[in-house]
Amino acid sequence: MIEQKLITKNIGKIDPKSLASYMAFNGYKMLRKALRLGKEHIIEQIEIARLRGRGGAGFPMASKLKAVATQLVTPKYMICNADEGEPGNFKDRYLIENNPHLIIEGMTIIAYATGIERGFVYIRGEYKEAYDVLASAIEAAREKGLLGKNILRKGMNFDIEIRRGAGSYVCGEEFALIESIEGKAGRTRVKPPFPTTEGLFQKPTLINNVETFATVPTIIEMGGKAFSAIGTESSTGTKLISLSGNVRHKGVYEVPFGVSLRDVIKTLGGGAEKGRKIRMVQLSGACGPIIPEYMLDMTIDYDRFEIFESKTGAGAIIVIDDRFDMFEILVRIGAFFAHESCGKCTPCREGIFQMNRLLEKFNEYRATEADLQLLETLARTIHQTSLCGLGQTAATATISTLHYFRSKYIDRIEKSSLQEGVTNA
Amino acid sequence: MELEQYLRRYPPEQTYVLEILSDYQRSKPTQHLTKDELKVIADYLAIPESHISAIVAFYSFFSMKPRGRFIIQICRDVPCHVSSKFDVVATLEKLLGAKMGQTTEDKLFTLEYTSCLGSCDGAPAVRINDTIHKSVTPEQLGQLIEDCRGGRHD
Repeated sequence: MIEQKLITKNIGKIDPKSLASYMAFNGYKMLRKALRLGKEHIIEQIEIARLRGRGGAGFPMASKLKAVATQLVTPKYMICNADEGEPGNFKDRYLIENNPHLIIEGMTIIAYATGIERGFVYIRGEYKEAYDVLASAIEAAREKGLLGKNILRKGMNFDIEIRRGAGSYVCGEEFALIESIEGKAGRTRVKPPFPTTEGLFQKPTLINNVETFATVPTIIEMGGKAFSAIGTESSTGTKLISLSGNVRHKGVYEVPFGVSLRDVIKTLGGGAEKGRKIRMVQLSGACGPIIPEYMLDMTIDYDRFEIFESKTGAGAIIVIDDRFDMFEILVRIGAFFAHESCGKCTPCREGIFQMNRLLEKFNEYRATEADLQLLETLARTIHQTSLCGLGQTAATATISTLHYFRSKYIDRIEKSSLQEGVTNA
Repeated sequence: MELEQYLRRYPPEQTYVLEILSDYQRSKPTQHLTKDELKVIADYLAIPESHISAIVAFYSFFSMKPRGRFIIQICRDVPCHVSSKFDVVATLEKLLGAKMGQTTEDKLFTLEYTSCLGSCDGAPAVRINDTIHKSVTPEQLGQLIEDCRGGRHD
């Protein structure tokens, strides 16, 4: 058994369009328990659980909670980041469409612990079905006194509004998202100050991913200690994995941290399609590293992923088999980032454009040794000097292939010079 | 519905600008916004026109050019690309007689690229207006277009 269903245990059993159905599976029971436990105790349990953010950066949730809970400035806001735009990620959509009340319950518990009364869910505009499911769930919760004023008659106030994105990937970045909710173009801000001190409308703001909020009721249920016993030392609990690409069984799977990529791809995904071999695997999404098949024994773990100087990402695994050329894939990824860059900072706006020109040369057999050197310097510069996560990770795929697939670059340069020879003749 | 009616659904606060723009544009058969409309919205929200123009330019959902009644978006990211057993773009271009970025002469369809639709478990994915269609085949695409023409698709 590789799968371990904690936060997805009721998916398939409950009717996402029915609050009564959620209630039948102990729904909102953890909110009641949390209200009994008290604010400090909730944060303490999350700290003991060592829950890290599930949206990509892996920041300890308890640190954010403490930072917001101790703020004296009011009002304070909460944002649930459902702007799941990273290619290859679809686990938040899966959670919202199949168990919307779990997210609402998690947000409400956190609202109580931090003293926040107004929450937002920022959902990407493409997710119309998820939006409809969530909007009706919020409405149903409000009708039953689970949202709004004097929740469960315990004197607590909290309500949730939904804001829809409009087709911008960068709005998944926390400050771009905040700007977007404020009714502006989604361009990031310089940090610090961080959102916990000056976030939405310049007020203290707690921002976390859908899956992070959905994990909170589980921690309240089993206790921080039991939760922290699952997974690995650096990464506790379970993670939802979005598995896609050239595997037999694409889908969302919940696994404890510490399982290997190979186990997920082979045992859960059924491995490569018949007669095909896995050539490479991209982790996290377009922003993540591309690794060769022989590295698939590495485990899913926040610390293990740091070797790529990139973050864990939100748990996407994109499998690419031997029909596809690496440079064609890199050009496609580059085009994505060029389209989605907000244009605010130069390394990202100009750097990605120039990097793509170099990648196209490799893809079209026109590359030279000088191009390779330039590509290496440029990719590093974009990574190190961009203002936000978009630019910082836009070159990760290229940097990782320069490391793990260097021979392909050399080979392409050699073939390019042969090609040129033919043309000249 | 008139623009004024859409505006009245929301308080005159800047935070609602994307909601207003999305809902109103979606209600128009041409699925686009005009300069005059932006001025009305800007006045309602008490923000400069230049500000709202910048928003419309920034977010890829919005268009200042008239588009078709049905906007067909094709995902061009890696998970869909490697999972496609046929050329989705070429198939749709042939079915509609229009190229990517173009609107058909009968003003019924516009073909656009989109970034990932979060439906990689059902690749290749195509979005027609608000609905994402997963694991599409050439036959299904033909049927969907017939459904649009026959008024059987939102």
